[in-house]
Amino acid sequence: MEGKKGDFNVSLKTKPRYIIEDKCTGCTTCVQYCPVHYPDPFNQDISDNKAVHVYFSQAIPLVAYIDDSCLRLKDKKCDICSGVCKTGAIDFRQTTKKTDINVGAIILSSGITPFDPSAKEEYGYKTMQNVVTSMDYERLLSSTGPFEGEVLRTIDKKHPKKIAWIQCVGSRRVTEGDNSYCSGVCCTYTQKQVILTKHHYEDVQCTIFHNDIRSFGKDFERYFQRAEQLPGVEFIRSYASIEKEIPETRNVIVRYATADDGVKREEFDMVVLSIGLNPPAAYKEISEKFGIELNSHGFSKSDSSNPIKTNRPGIFVSGAFLGPTDVPESVFTASGASAQTGELLDYRRDKLAKERVYPIERDVSAEEPKIGVFVCHCGANISSVVNVPSTVDYARTLPNVVYATEQIFSCATNSAREITDLAIEKGFNRVVIAACSPRTLEPLFRDTLREAGLNQYYLDMANIREHCSWVHAKQKDEATQKAHDIVRMSVARAGELEPLLEFDLPVNKAALVVGGGIGGMTCALSIAKQGHEVHLVEKAKDLGGMARRLHTTLEKLDVQTYLDELIHKVYQNPLIHISHEATIKEVSGYLGNFTTTIETEGRIKTIKHGVSVLAIGAEEYKPSEYLYGESDKVFTHLELGEEIARGNKAIINAESLVMIQCVGCRNEDRNYCSRVCCGHAVKNALKLKEKNPDMRIYIIFRDMRTYGFREDAYREASEKGVQFIRYTPEDKPLVEKAKEGGKDVIRVIVPDLILGQRLELTADVLSLAAAVIPSTSTNEIASHFKVTLSPDEFFKEAHVKLKPVEFATDGVFLCGTAHYPKHIPETINQAYGAAGRVLTLLSKDTVVASGSVARVNDYDCVACGACISACTYDAIEFRDTPKGKKAFVNPILCKGDGLCNTKCPTNAIMLKHFTNAALLKQIDAAVTSKDILEQMDAVLEEA
Amino acid sequence: MCSGRVDLEFMLRAFSKGQDGVFIGACKLDECNYVTHGNYDALANTYLTKKILAHIGLNPERLRINFMTGADGNLLAEYTDDFTKEIKKLGPLGRSEGLDVNKVKFKLEAARKLVPYMRLLERQRLRVPVKSKEAYAQFFESKEINTLFDEIFSEKLAISQIILLLGEKPLSTSDISEILNLNPSEVSRHMKSSSRQGLVKYDETQKCYALA
Repeated sequence: MEGKKGDFNVSLKTKPRYIIEDKCTGCTTCVQYCPVHYPDPFNQDISDNKAVHVYFSQAIPLVAYIDDSCLRLKDKKCDICSGVCKTGAIDFRQTTKKTDINVGAIILSSGITPFDPSAKEEYGYKTMQNVVTSMDYERLLSSTGPFEGEVLRTIDKKHPKKIAWIQCVGSRRVTEGDNSYCSGVCCTYTQKQVILTKHHYEDVQCTIFHNDIRSFGKDFERYFQRAEQLPGVEFIRSYASIEKEIPETRNVIVRYATADDGVKREEFDMVVLSIGLNPPAAYKEISEKFGIELNSHGFSKSDSSNPIKTNRPGIFVSGAFLGPTDVPESVFTASGASAQTGELLDYRRDKLAKERVYPIERDVSAEEPKIGVFVCHCGANISSVVNVPSTVDYARTLPNVVYATEQIFSCATNSAREITDLAIEKGFNRVVIAACSPRTLEPLFRDTLREAGLNQYYLDMANIREHCSWVHAKQKDEATQKAHDIVRMSVARAGELEPLLEFDLPVNKAALVVGGGIGGMTCALSIAKQGHEVHLVEKAKDLGGMARRLHTTLEKLDVQTYLDELIHKVYQNPLIHISHEATIKEVSGYLGNFTTTIETEGRIKTIKHGVSVLAIGAEEYKPSEYLYGESDKVFTHLELGEEIARGNKAIINAESLVMIQCVGCRNEDRNYCSRVCCGHAVKNALKLKEKNPDMRIYIIFRDMRTYGFREDAYREASEKGVQFIRYTPEDKPLVEKAKEGGKDVIRVIVPDLILGQRLELTADVLSLAAAVIPSTSTNEIASHFKVTLSPDEFFKEAHVKLKPVEFATDGVFLCGTAHYPKHIPETINQAYGAAGRVLTLLSKDTVVASGSVARVNDYDCVACGACISACTYDAIEFRDTPKGKKAFVNPILCKGDGLCNTKCPTNAIMLKHFTNAALLKQIDAAVTSKDILEQMDAVLEEA
Repeated sequence: MCSGRVDLEFMLRAFSKGQDGVFIGACKLDECNYVTHGNYDALANTYLTKKILAHIGLNPERLRINFMTGADGNLLAEYTDDFTKEIKKLGPLGRSEGLDVNKVKFKLEAARKLVPYMRLLERQRLRVPVKSKEAYAQFFESKEINTLFDEIFSEKLAISQIILLLGEKPLSTSDISEILNLNPSEVSRHMKSSSRQGLVKYDETQKCYALA
């Protein structure tokens, strides 16, 4: 790689696949015939695969590749796959290919490498058969795993009845070969594995040996409780080591200790090592090749004011190469990297895109259905089981079928062209492809219809592969019969298909950002830098939000300087229009066309915009416990940080300071973890130790949740003499005012869980980790923008893992602590992520609505509202028509789930493309009139 | 299309066309990739249809819903095998229940006519407040719901059958009670309420009821 931002020359080396991708249809006939079995890396080498195989069932592209274990590659012995491949896709002449490309920006998404416990003898991995890693176990649980979803011991194929998980394997340890940081994801993935295990096998005993439980993610606290409350599940807080394997049973002895019973040894059928996340194996190479700096752990070295960017302009990082991360952060850093690339390359957006031109659509709606049927052999995948010629003959006998033929691979380029040509030549107006699942190839065949000048919704796919030949390999006659049935049903439906329009709706190219904190400003700037107007609305007099009260971060960011610069940039940007002291009055419209009325500094203002971003932040809980508000010696962590920054002598010179964690959350009122407080406590403690090394500092905690690289700061604090004392919610610390040596102090009494005594601490200052709570305006904003809230009353994203910055309401996005408490660098990443998603809409002139949406027949609608209450997208509303109040579907908002259709008592609303008419025809066609006659004869005979 | 689009009518239609069993495959509960969670609607509709089947005298096990992901091909195979076994054990529709096939079809057709009404009933009285598998099971198997269903549905089904019969030709109260094997006093009660609603009328000359 060489060059600079906007102009990088990258030379790529592609290893040979020995398969011509364009020709391979993913039919896997070659896999069936390949004689070489070798351990399958996708299934952690637990089960075997063939030398030629598809990497895994959801691989993209879904084509095969040939591995080094191939006999032909070794000594030119075997040529079976070439012989059985009907499309001639096997090509052993392929060599390593070098491609030179010129790009404007580079995004490094190299992910992580799982920690390898075999490097350390103590873990017993690879030496003891029934010690597996969490990755191995993940595959064991999977239905596409080595034993098809059965959890078995590889050695004797027995179900383990007693399973232990050992947490923090390779993480939170400073010993050689381990990682000092916390991998952040293992606590929760273990809980997931436990829940799934109990779901598979109710009687399995699950024991989890853990350190702190770090369920700091959104909804994770509840998830932990769910796992913990399952019968036969035990969480034990103890360091655990693997002692030995019992030779006869191959069971494993785990040694651990509890406060009550001391050292114990217990036998398990299987032990799962919850392994952590290492940087990508090739991290040094990546760093050298791309000229980017790494941190001491081998992950990308990030600037906490923008972790996604690297030291080299034009090169960005997304996902877990930033540091151990869960799925949602990986997803939004990916969108964030795309936003930053967009900022860089906006001036040449769309320059490489080419528009497809299709022939003009033929109006066939007045014609009788004329159906063309194509039955696919899929190489031998279908035709080795189903009699294809007989199915073609049968199709010809069906009503409305004017043409039927067979194809070796309907999806091959020449076959698709044949379908197009025949549609024109024979004049059929509907097409049935009897081949595979519509999941992968429906878009291709729809395209084929468009090429023939037919509406793309005139297609139906009859799945005679996954639903037939693949599952009935041994019953050829019955499979052929079933293929006839499937084709008949498909033809019946096809006759009822209607042409549907996907219409384009113009997009207003401006964005509205609600909230002028770090999240809102970062997002607004990124959108503006990509050429769009942004209306930034802030309820306070000044921009800055909660960050105004923060001074440093654990990553040593000078928050106020950073904030001032950010605010300056926002004011400087001519595309950003700021409204201060603003409240939202009314919001109308939808994706692409919103109108929002606000009151700002006493004036009413109307804003038209295409998308909305909600970045309204969160607030600090005002504690009602621990003498807060009753003593001037009691602060919250946020206040403590402010006092330290202000240089308050009473605090800096204090002899003793106590912090109490989890105040106002992780309780019945707020069943969630505020995520930031443990890091916050450690940050304040370190700052104080720096200013006054003699100060006695105690942090009274439940679980220290210094996830990721924050673990290093936790360790540093501990090394510097900060004392960490654990408490349980059943036995909370007691706080009282006292006098000692003539001065007022706070006395904190806390049980010592290790020694079983009560500790009395005297504090000059008490600091409380007050919960992060949703902003008071959350409810109001949510109802204006028609978005929903999670159980804890933070905004609810469209999908907790996969869509972390979108709302289910189209065109509305979120970022920052309004989503869930998070640290500044995380908010910044999410803000860029939201900007990235916003641009996917604003960069287009129009949004396309699917044709398969609901439609109301006014004549039948009785305005009962059943459809409106069934719709989770607010896509249906009442409108006044000349015929009275009627339901109306906004096709832009409709997602086509069809729930309204099943609820409407008068069948006035219907889901296009999946109409009652079409589906009932299909259901009716499941039984032939011949079947019915036979059935009746049988009854008569009996009588 | 979501599994929640699987209509009461689809299930009843399949049975009335002579299918011996109906299987619904839906996504895993609580794992909706959208915000719809329409598989719960599919579950509710399945419970409702099972109750209708039971009313007609058909084994509700002829209808089944199973939840799985797109990657659970092996589960689908397992569930299908198991269901096929079950249906084979039950035998052809109606016969193993000791019912006349034509009568079953007639009743199913009458039940199918009630779909609009069932949708109203579902909306007003059969919504489960909590979305969980357990809550749905508890709700639909509760005594209150069974009583409610027994009272309302059997009456509606009787009327629907009467209307279907009268669609063919006018009949007297005793004809109807004989064909439908119903108590004559019950039939005349239904006839009175139906004529009040303007659904049927009494023909003095023929001493018969006919569709209005």
